[in-house]
Amino acid sequence: MRIPLRLSLLVLLALGGCSKAGSESAAPSTVTLLNVSYDPTRELYADVNAAFAKHWETAHGQKVSIKQSHGGSGKQARAVIDGLDADVVTLALAYDVDMLHDKASLIPEGWQTRLANNSAPYTSTIVFVVRKGNPKGIKDWDDLVREGVAVITPNPKTSGGARWNYLAAWGHALRKPGGTEESARAFVAALFRNVPVLDSGARGATTTFAERGLGDVLIAWENEAFLLTDEVGKERFEIIVPSTSILAEPPVAVVDRNVDKRGTRAVAEAYLQFLYSEEGQRLAAKHHYRPRSEEVASKQGARFPKVTLFTIDEVFGGWRKAQAAHFDDGGVFDRIYVPQAR
Amino acid sequence: MFAPTIHLPRRRTRTLEGSPWVRWTLITLALGFLAVFLFVPLLAVFSFAFQKGWEAYLAAITEPEARSAIVLTLTAAAIAVPLNLVFGLAAAWLLARFRFRGRALLLTLIDLPFSVSPVIAGLIFVLLFGRQGWLGPFLSEHDVHVIFAVPGIVLATVFITLPFVVREVLPVMQAQGSDEEEAALTLGASGWRTFLRVTLPKVKWGVLYGVILCNARAMGEFGAVSVVSGHVRGVTTTLPLHAEILYNEYDFAGAFAVASLLTLLALVTLVLKKYVELRSEAS
Repeated sequence: MRIPLRLSLLVLLALGGCSKAGSESAAPSTVTLLNVSYDPTRELYADVNAAFAKHWETAHGQKVSIKQSHGGSGKQARAVIDGLDADVVTLALAYDVDMLHDKASLIPEGWQTRLANNSAPYTSTIVFVVRKGNPKGIKDWDDLVREGVAVITPNPKTSGGARWNYLAAWGHALRKPGGTEESARAFVAALFRNVPVLDSGARGATTTFAERGLGDVLIAWENEAFLLTDEVGKERFEIIVPSTSILAEPPVAVVDRNVDKRGTRAVAEAYLQFLYSEEGQRLAAKHHYRPRSEEVASKQGARFPKVTLFTIDEVFGGWRKAQAAHFDDGGVFDRIYVPQAR
Repeated sequence: MFAPTIHLPRRRTRTLEGSPWVRWTLITLALGFLAVFLFVPLLAVFSFAFQKGWEAYLAAITEPEARSAIVLTLTAAAIAVPLNLVFGLAAAWLLARFRFRGRALLLTLIDLPFSVSPVIAGLIFVLLFGRQGWLGPFLSEHDVHVIFAVPGIVLATVFITLPFVVREVLPVMQAQGSDEEEAALTLGASGWRTFLRVTLPKVKWGVLYGVILCNARAMGEFGAVSVVSGHVRGVTTTLPLHAEILYNEYDFAGAFAVASLLTLLALVTLVLKKYVELRSEAS
């Protein structure tokens, strides 16, 4: 009888450990929030969470512990729809947040008007990263379609960042003097002919460019580009800011169904409001996002060069339309992108 | 993976040996292959892990999120391995000793976790327990969290590692035959006593071998666990997931420090496996 007894004890012990870990309920004096975010915000929210925790504790005498989950924006939205208990989502594009309403009614339809600036407390734009010295002489969008220039950008079917890249290129071609839908389409098709590999996410593309050394130019979020030049590959890369680009507005939202069930609405809303506060805006700028606050922005000097920015609403009539026309199955991207045999 | 080891006789014949030239080419090829695919990556893992020195290494594997990943990985293995041990023994005994309708089907089903892609295995649980899955509404009404929480990770691990023990024990049990068990039963031993005193000792090395493999996979599983994890840092990230997160944060030293823990585990597993093989041959 020795073995089964020991065995059953083990199983019991293990199950005990499980239920304890599974039903981890916080002490009443501590509240936990889960922020489900996309890839490049890791460093930003590590700072924001610490600052907000301090802010909330001084104001309300309650400890708050904020858990983070990061991944591709579309994938993260999917996880929340499937039941990941996010109190707030901070994703790459409004379309992914729209899905929380469309697929699971987790938030009301007009979620984007609940906070200032289209619910995007910070913005970014799409820029280029080239290797030090800019050996291929890349200055603007038109240089990306030249022969012999290898462009790295992730797959717009799976990556939010890649959709911004694609739409920025499209918008540039369309807004050029004499630009039409036809010429924009030809331009983007030519650009994607220069793409040797499509990674599934923005971080993957950055790693491909920086660590694997593929490509002459990386199309990337401005914040991701700064991360490369300032922190990862000092002296190895340069940022090139094109003449025009798109205003990327990564939105934030409280997930109503989840906060109401968990009783965390007040702290979740305060958390998002904190992003608009002076401290939140400073942290956004520190992590290379363009702050909304004029005051904080004016202190950034020449870090964020002036670019002619167009919005997705102006050029494409909003995310839903852009998504349907360009990225859904059978959309423009499917028709112009032919994987390269190299 | 499950074929019994075949031991060739040590005697070599001239024809098999061939010319020295052929022999050396083959040896060089084999060693070169091993070097490229095994030794270099192994070296790389440890050299990357230690590139910032011992202190950074220790910090990377003792910071709270790494600790929680270690605890979660051990928890999942501590549940999955005993469960699959009990199930594996019972199923192997059933399959080895009885002929019944549906036996072939059961054998096939037991192999399912091997034949299905781990990502699909994970998605099965999302479809079952997700908010929009079959049991989703019931679970959310009762505030029970399965996926994107520890139970989901445990479930996925149990599923993925299910075949190991059965698959190792079954051939051994079949090879033993049932003569001794029948003798024990005729001499008046109870069924339970027969199992413990006659069946189990005969297959113990097979069981151990299965447990070792099961444990290695339970701790190393990535795909299925990644799908059901939700990647909440410090809560639902296992060691392999934690390594990926660190890598994506450009913390290469940290990622490889965590990876080196998994590599060490693999090395320990190999040594244990070799030991069990030797012991089982000796006995």
